[in-house]
Amino acid sequence: MKTLMKGLVLSLALVLGAGPALADTIKIGVAGAHSGDLASYGLPAVNAAKLVAEKVNAQGGVNGMMVEVQAEDDQCKPEMATNAATKLVSDKATVIIGHICSGATKAALPIYKAANLVVMSPSATNPPLTKSGEFPNFFRTIATDDEQGPALAAFAANKLNLKKVAIIHDKGDYGKGVAEFCKAAMEKAGKVKVVLFEGIGADQVDYAAVIQKIKQAGAEGVVYGGYHPGASKLISQMRKKKIAIPFLTDEGVQGPDFLKLAGNDAEGAYATGLIDVSGNAMYKAAAEAHQKAFGTAETGLFFAQAYAATQSLLNAIDKAKSTKYEDIMKALHTETADTCLGKIKFNAQGDAQAEGVGFSVYQVKNGKWELNK
Amino acid sequence: MEYFLELFFGGLTRGSIYALIALGYTMVYGIIELINFAHGEIYMIGAFTGLIVAGVLTAMGFPALAILAVALVVAVVYCSAYGYTMEKIAYKPLRGANRLSPLISAIGMSIFLQNYVLLAQTPNFLPFPNLIGEFEFMEDYAHILGSANLVIILVTAAAMVALTLFIKYTRMGRAMRATAQNRKMAMLLGVNVDAVISLTFIIGSSLAAIGGVLIACHTGQINITIGFIAGIKAFTAAVLGGVGSIPGAMLGALVLGFTESFATGYISSDYEDVFAFGLLVLILIFRPSGLLGKAPTQKV
Amino acid sequence: MEGFKKSLLACIWFMFLTFPLVVIRVDTAEKTVQWRWMHMLWVGLGAFLLSYVWRFMLKRKAMGRSATNPDGTPVVPFLQRLSANPPLARSIMAVIAIGALVFPWLFSTYQTNIMISAMIYIVLGLGLNIVVGLSGQLVLGYAAFYAAGAYSYALLNHHFGLGFWTALPLGAGAAALCGIILGIPVLRLRGDYLAIVTLGFGEIVRLVLENWNEFSMGPSGVSGISRPGLFSVELSVDGATTYIYYLMIGLVALTIFVINRLKNSRIGRAWLALREDEIACVAMGVDRMKTKLTAFALGATWAGMAGVVFAAKTTFINPASFTFMESAMILAIVVLGGMGSILGVSLAALLILLLPEYLRAFSEYRMLLFGATMVLFMVFRPQGLVSSERQRYEFKETKESQG
Repeated sequence: MKTLMKGLVLSLALVLGAGPALADTIKIGVAGAHSGDLASYGLPAVNAAKLVAEKVNAQGGVNGMMVEVQAEDDQCKPEMATNAATKLVSDKATVIIGHICSGATKAALPIYKAANLVVMSPSATNPPLTKSGEFPNFFRTIATDDEQGPALAAFAANKLNLKKVAIIHDKGDYGKGVAEFCKAAMEKAGKVKVVLFEGIGADQVDYAAVIQKIKQAGAEGVVYGGYHPGASKLISQMRKKKIAIPFLTDEGVQGPDFLKLAGNDAEGAYATGLIDVSGNAMYKAAAEAHQKAFGTAETGLFFAQAYAATQSLLNAIDKAKSTKYEDIMKALHTETADTCLGKIKFNAQGDAQAEGVGFSVYQVKNGKWELNK
Repeated sequence: MEYFLELFFGGLTRGSIYALIALGYTMVYGIIELINFAHGEIYMIGAFTGLIVAGVLTAMGFPALAILAVALVVAVVYCSAYGYTMEKIAYKPLRGANRLSPLISAIGMSIFLQNYVLLAQTPNFLPFPNLIGEFEFMEDYAHILGSANLVIILVTAAAMVALTLFIKYTRMGRAMRATAQNRKMAMLLGVNVDAVISLTFIIGSSLAAIGGVLIACHTGQINITIGFIAGIKAFTAAVLGGVGSIPGAMLGALVLGFTESFATGYISSDYEDVFAFGLLVLILIFRPSGLLGKAPTQKV
Repeated sequence: MEGFKKSLLACIWFMFLTFPLVVIRVDTAEKTVQWRWMHMLWVGLGAFLLSYVWRFMLKRKAMGRSATNPDGTPVVPFLQRLSANPPLARSIMAVIAIGALVFPWLFSTYQTNIMISAMIYIVLGLGLNIVVGLSGQLVLGYAAFYAAGAYSYALLNHHFGLGFWTALPLGAGAAALCGIILGIPVLRLRGDYLAIVTLGFGEIVRLVLENWNEFSMGPSGVSGISRPGLFSVELSVDGATTYIYYLMIGLVALTIFVINRLKNSRIGRAWLALREDEIACVAMGVDRMKTKLTAFALGATWAGMAGVVFAAKTTFINPASFTFMESAMILAIVVLGGMGSILGVSLAALLILLLPEYLRAFSEYRMLLFGATMVLFMVFRPQGLVSSERQRYEFKETKESQG
């Protein structure tokens, strides 16, 4: 008991020791999942922010101020996100990159808003975050879910000429959102009939019943909203049951993990994915720096988005020649930033407009995702 | 009618998966009346061990069937070892403590094992090779029942029969029943209670290991959380059937599987778990000790 | 020497046990195998050393049962000695109370925030303690009542703009209603059957919240819940945090006071009797139905209140916060604390919540350590941090009777 108390006191002292930042530095708080099972979503953003900071500092900083990065873990959990947010606010961060998951972002934003901090997320795609107008201090460098659903719907109707589809989702915030936007878009356009709309738990061992239901409904294609574990299980079990109809899915699936998990069954599947920026010169340089700093050129999920977000924020501070909230806000809305996603402008709601922000459709060909033109 | 049949086999598949895990649960519960929350983690460790064996042997170029056999054997050996060790560390020192302590210890063990595998291996989902393959004679029926499902159903049935016979007719089985009825009395009559309990954990863990490998062949992917989820469902099945009863676990699992399948087919999969747990609550209200469980005699 | 042999054996056994998972890593898609022999060495070394500690602890536990002071009186643990010594206990209480009151002014908002979470768990633990610790009904779905409270406030606030203070009794009432709804059908069940039905109930509540979009806004949850206002003054985040902190201190004090009173009341003694022996208890004329239902309803009430505060604190809730793991954690608090003991449950709540928070430095290992702590605690201290003391009524001879 005694040693435990000592430990507590010690850690308290440690936490408190990290006092406020010096006035002549710009402190970028990076919040997101840095541990737990979603760590692979959040850690690349930390790396991106660090790389940008390093580069900028090597060139003398912004307005003569050095940039430092402070990472705070929220494990994508709302209650931990509020803790991380209050920590960043009390540590006097200048601007925030994050959070990674939409739920966590939703929970943390009121705290930043009250503290007058600009927040820019590389990955939170939930539409109301910007579109509700509730959080003028929130920006993002990624396209939203409500662009993804219609993209899938249009692709099913115009490219694949499907008449009847089944929409399946994983009951999660993200998957259900995509599925609902897709359904709404299909019903509005009227070309495709949604014959089945259901949620299946991503952790269920077996999907036989719902697959029979898809067949019974006479669907010519399946749209799945969710992440790669559920998607690969569904497509594999469908193919095993000899159902060879087209399989369309979302950006949460479009990645190497889906190919690994589904193996040969993945062949021919379609998915919306983030626009490929690997040809961008600035991105190439960033990947090289990543190789140097972390030993691999595999930058990870949302790296480019986080890199661009950091660049945009520093650009705004640079142009505004100030670290005041109002000045940064004004600069973000009026200035254009040159980033690895192309030239970024933010609209009034805070969504980034750039050639590298948006979705395109990919298809699995020979075990690889290829752009479907 | 065809749709009904398809859903029936869907339910059978799911039910047999639950049953394979539920058998181990019910074994342990029957003997020492402990909800072994970590049973699901043993199942998960079985799947991971199977994957590692498969990975090593594939790299060395063995044929699929040989890999399956070796993977099963190694998984059984290791899971038994884990089950045995777990009992010695987390449960044995707690015998005689109040009833809640072993339960909390089991939950702690479950958290520990999950994070142990997370650190030792990976938090990501891993693909599991289909070691069972597709049988040729099943080709025409593949749209209703996969080859892996068939194997799971047969193995579950065989395991149930073997366990029932073992407990009914062997000397050790008799010792188990004696221990289950009255531990102190059994000890006085010369039953080595420690050995019986260890053996129970070993058998239960072996079943979990077989389940882990076979079910992973069916789902094609594994991850550290599979044990927890499957464990809760399997435990529900065991309680539904009357926890402690071996045919009860099988029956409960099948009832659960059919309920979920037909509920999905005729109503909606949105609420499949709600139907499953709702059924459990209903059955327990009318039969407080499950479908095949014996009502406990109240000692005054 | 005997010890060395045993430790060596443990070392070899654990090296064998962890061999495939710790040493080998395969990639079936790339067909590559990675061997990490160094890990095996660490495991072996760790097992060797820890087995000494294990045996030492076991020995101490075995000795502890009959431990006596040199003068022959039995050793009384510090915390129990404390409760037997009112003046000392009172002064320590005073120090803790003053410390708690000045806390938000000494530490950052972040620290205060964590303390609020910890206090929410104290209330939850004490509430579940009524059901599990006092009346002996094993409930594994306590998070459902917590959710009932949180969602009552969130939805009432969202749709009708109801304030915190109006919602607090409503949330408590909704949770109590849930407690009774669950309580009635499970009156006949006992032990593990009761446990699994309550687990099922908890899951059903969470799944309904997740799927019923029109009612609960589904998995995306309810956001923008207002923080409690102080006489219609809008508070800043810092101010609101401090305010909720004091509010929570009040709630914790109220909980402790009420439960302390309840424990020694007529109904409290009925609970204890029910826990010890249901049949004997009924035979003595205790109304089983009434006793059980009040335990469920009262236990749920506190969860409901904690839920309302939780919703007000995070301003955003979704069904993911009310999983089975949450119920298991609260149960762990009750059991770790020592069932029935108010002081123990409070200490355990602080431990369970603050341990992972301050173990962030070892972020990768913290859940591993957390699981291990739970097991070790049960093995070496199954009675919990503080074993609860039953009320004793002693006959004291007075001077007059002597004279």
